[in-house]
Amino acid sequence: MLFKTIAKSEFKRLVEDLLKEEEVIGPKKIGEREDGKAIHQFLPVQSYGELDLEYGRTEYSAKTYFLPYKETLSKYKFSNDNWQQEIEYRLKPRFMIGLHACDINALLRLDKVLARDSYPSPYYISRRRNTFIVGIDHPPLEDCFCRAVGADVVTQGFELYLTSLGDRYFVSINSDRGFNLLKKYAIHDVTDEDTQAYLEVRREHAAGQKPLNLHDIPNLLDIEFYSDVWRQWGQKCLNCGSCAMVCPTCYCYGVSERVSMGGDEGEKSRQLYSCNLKDFACVAGNHNFRPDPATRLKYRYYHQHRGFTETFESPLCVGCNRCGRVCLAGINPPAIFNDLQAEGGA
Amino acid sequence: MKQILEPYDITREREMMLPLDYNRRSQLKHYDKTYKAEITNIIRLTEMEKLFQVRIIDDTERERFTFLPGQFVMVEVPGYGEIPISISSSFTHKGFIELCIRKVGLVTTVLHNAKRGCKVGIRGPFGTHFPMEQMRGNNILLIAGGLGLAPLRAPIFHVIENRSYYKDVYILYGTKESNLLLFTYQYEEWDRIADINLRVIAEQGSKDWKGEIGLITDLLDEVDVDPGETNAIVCGPPVMFKFVCQRLTDMGIPMHRMFVSLERRMHCGMGKCCRCNIGSTYTCVDGPVFDYWTVMNLQEAI
Repeated sequence: MLFKTIAKSEFKRLVEDLLKEEEVIGPKKIGEREDGKAIHQFLPVQSYGELDLEYGRTEYSAKTYFLPYKETLSKYKFSNDNWQQEIEYRLKPRFMIGLHACDINALLRLDKVLARDSYPSPYYISRRRNTFIVGIDHPPLEDCFCRAVGADVVTQGFELYLTSLGDRYFVSINSDRGFNLLKKYAIHDVTDEDTQAYLEVRREHAAGQKPLNLHDIPNLLDIEFYSDVWRQWGQKCLNCGSCAMVCPTCYCYGVSERVSMGGDEGEKSRQLYSCNLKDFACVAGNHNFRPDPATRLKYRYYHQHRGFTETFESPLCVGCNRCGRVCLAGINPPAIFNDLQAEGGA
Repeated sequence: MKQILEPYDITREREMMLPLDYNRRSQLKHYDKTYKAEITNIIRLTEMEKLFQVRIIDDTERERFTFLPGQFVMVEVPGYGEIPISISSSFTHKGFIELCIRKVGLVTTVLHNAKRGCKVGIRGPFGTHFPMEQMRGNNILLIAGGLGLAPLRAPIFHVIENRSYYKDVYILYGTKESNLLLFTYQYEEWDRIADINLRVIAEQGSKDWKGEIGLITDLLDEVDVDPGETNAIVCGPPVMFKFVCQRLTDMGIPMHRMFVSLERRMHCGMGKCCRCNIGSTYTCVDGPVFDYWTVMNLQEAI
């Protein structure tokens, strides 16, 4: 990887140039909580001022731009006794600025399923390839646990990655298109002093995060499959599916079709779903393979932390704890892991 | 307006340029492409089930469409939805396929109202298959309960067409009530084939039922085979697997030589939507055909 530094004022000029020509999406402050803390979302921005790169966390993850909540898969035109299927994959390119390591790692984990495994999804790949990603380092938040799931470091999956060193950014350049863009601006070679400062920032970030012990979690999920822990947490679960909506890696979906009012057109679309919703595993004849909330909640953890690990050697979870924060019933991964470990005598 | 970032057109990827081919899991173009197929015949089986004979319209696509016994397709009625249906015909017929469909939900009801000549979409074939080659030289028990005869017909046809590959062949079929039996018109044909033991049983018989009354497991009492050289294929409701596979285990048939076909909700067939997950295994990609050992190791499988 190439490393350069760029003055923050020069980076601002770069973003302003992009804004003239392209769609730029970044963390934008959209409101305040009762306690005065800002609420951020990844949204298209019109000016550099709208971009808040010092943000803590967006409520929704960057996934929204790669797996939209609703997406048209194909369209149908009906005529006489026949129909024609139309599929469109083309997209306008766009820039996403200000993704944290967890969001980029989430995309890398989604890549494993949607872009690299059998049946790669052209819808997803098209969105991925048409998005220029600029990541940014951030001091750890009070409740996230990305270090425990190995999601605090990114080595791929982005174009540029920024680390703030006072008045300048330390830039990791990971692609030729990143380099091509950057070389039109005043960039500097990395000095020993920059490297020292960069490592110091990284050390501070690493030390700032509360450690979370995930010892034996994949095993415990299997051994404690019938544990009372699930009943206790399952009783609280409201089956609203919010956790999956904000999760940067939950990718399950449902497909539905509809016919236009005129009856001459049809549409097949996919909508993100949640395994906590009641009808998730309900089959024809109304047999539900996971009828109670506890089984569904357990399944979500089982898939994220055991199933995905079995197949892809890392948990699906990137430790952002968005699900924990959004949950109205206070269900959060650290608490569940803690209970599981206590149950397992760890 | 000049663009800083060149749009990336995925349809220019090499994989997108290649012609469609059988089960190419890496082919991007295959992802959402449906083969247009015409319903050529509709055969009424019972009040709830009909057999649809469909033919892929495009000559090349039909010729390229090959599958193996136990695989399924996604059947789409544009504008209504898509459902996973196991292929119920012999794979030697390629793109002429038979689908046995019970009227239970929206799409199946639409299909039951459809007439000959209607055009549906077919995506697939998907999933694993019964390892018929591996069973050569062995006895085969083909066991079905209820609608389970639909997926079992593909291996039955394969065994009949290649009878010389196998030793003793048993077809055992049972339902709750005798009037729910499927493909009744075929029993005589199957039974007349020398060397195929067909046994049909119903838990309850209607007035004119002359056959046997009892449970599917009762039929296993009279099966006399060397368990070391026997394979079993079991299709039916989960509760049936449990009892039948337990019986087969008691008979001494090893778990890795019993194959079952599982049923789950599916929205994609390609290991993406997660609807069919059992624990963390995709029924659509790693199944629907599993050996019994694998099923025993899957949490909440049956």
